[in-house]
Amino acid sequence: MYDIVVIGGGPAGLAAAIEANKNGIKKILVLERDGELGGILQQCIHNGFGLHIFKEELTGPEYAERFVNELEELEIEYKLNSMVIDITDDKTITYINPVDGLVKIDAKAIILSMGCRERTRGAISIPGSRPAGILSAGTAQRYVNMEGYMVGKKIVIVGSGDIGLIMARRMTLEGAEVKAVIELMPFSGGLNRNIVQCLDDFDIPLMLGHTITEIRNGNRVEGVSVSKVDENLKVIEGTNFDIECDTILFSVGLIPENELSLKAGVTLSGVTNGAVVNESMETEVSGIFACGNVLHVHDLVDYVTEESRKAGKFASEYVKNDKKDVKSKIIDIKPLNGISYIVPQKLRKDHLDEEVSLYMRVRNVYNNVKFVIKGDGKVLKEIKKSHLAPGEMEQMTIKTELFKSDDIIDLTIEIVEVGK
Amino acid sequence: MRKEKLTCIVCPLGCHLEITETDGVFKVSGNKCLRGEKYAVVEMTNPTRVVPTTVVINGAKLTRLPVKTSKPIPKKDIFKVMDIINKVEVEAPIKMGDTIIENILNLGINIVATRSIKSVM
Repeated sequence: MYDIVVIGGGPAGLAAAIEANKNGIKKILVLERDGELGGILQQCIHNGFGLHIFKEELTGPEYAERFVNELEELEIEYKLNSMVIDITDDKTITYINPVDGLVKIDAKAIILSMGCRERTRGAISIPGSRPAGILSAGTAQRYVNMEGYMVGKKIVIVGSGDIGLIMARRMTLEGAEVKAVIELMPFSGGLNRNIVQCLDDFDIPLMLGHTITEIRNGNRVEGVSVSKVDENLKVIEGTNFDIECDTILFSVGLIPENELSLKAGVTLSGVTNGAVVNESMETEVSGIFACGNVLHVHDLVDYVTEESRKAGKFASEYVKNDKKDVKSKIIDIKPLNGISYIVPQKLRKDHLDEEVSLYMRVRNVYNNVKFVIKGDGKVLKEIKKSHLAPGEMEQMTIKTELFKSDDIIDLTIEIVEVGK
Repeated sequence: MRKEKLTCIVCPLGCHLEITETDGVFKVSGNKCLRGEKYAVVEMTNPTRVVPTTVVINGAKLTRLPVKTSKPIPKKDIFKVMDIINKVEVEAPIKMGDTIIENILNLGINIVATRSIKSVM
């Protein structure tokens, strides 16, 4: 019987396991399906990681290696090439690997940290046949950065999230010609710094408010037809033009990988596609916790680390605490005007520390606005913001004394223009 | 007097900077920290970037070793540096931080490994 089993050895799983160990839990097992720890960070060779956590700028592999080294120094057990195929609500885990075969183990607590996978061309319904030269951006990233395969010469990137932007620079540095980055929305989903250092630096055009309407191809991609879209994101007739290319990289979003969570009966949010969790990062199944990109898609790994340390700490408390089934009063946290989601979705009154951290995404680009936090309709706090964008996750810390003593049941957050 | 608008790339906040140059003296606004001011001045005089890329590695499970310039290099030298890096092959094992190329282009900057890779030989 393990105290805690962590599913996934990427940044979330590593931070959670290390934190659990530091909180006195010694029987921990990390299960990783890849041949090494570190997760997607190993293919993210660009810099920009670690500014919050380490106060210095690291590449993905450097960030990962610090945690892998710490895990090994703490002698936390892990298994590689180990695919978890089932988990149950009473916390039995079934995994399979080439050495042990099929194994069933029990845990007092489980931490879900399986990360996410990429949406593909199919997810955005671009019709046509299946020529060579169509890849998701992250797959191309692994091919180029880890396995040494170049994926094309003339490239069009669909989607301007950070992976798309990073890959535009990467392809250019490796000698390819990146013709354009095409974005359906009127704004980029990526960080400003990446637009500057990945596109502007290399004069790669960013076409906002455009979409691909057709892929031309023989056995390989030969070009794409691109059109402008209107404010309802519908194609404007007569605006189409052609771009010649041999490769299309799709960077059109990420999906938390929650098939295992569903098997254990974990409730998912329709907005985040990740688990519904409380202040302790615990799902609605007692003793099963979730953190990192399997919970909601982050843009900074530093926030994944922060959130996962919490999951590790609270899972440890769960294992040590025998009064875990005490029913607590629940406060629901609800996003209102301008906010698409808030994680966690619930707070248990009996489990509140002095502060609670909330992570959220906004629906649109906003300038000079404020977050208004209300308890049962009464304003508790306002936070001014000069700039908000959907591509940049917002994090806020709220003192729980603001609402703890009152008998409130709903905590809401909305965006209001300053001066109103 | 010269006025420019820039987006700061020092950290993911991406502050919108305004720089005014009067007789070689720069005034920066819109930055939330001192690093932003420094970035703006460097960007107006000699823009630099850290270049992360890979080199071929032999004797390891993977075929590429991630590397980076140990410090930011002048933007205009990026492709010259890439040409040199692309000709290099290394042998496993490698430790994170190992110098792969010393003093590239006489810039006083090294190319260093950004992860450790074991040998499978």
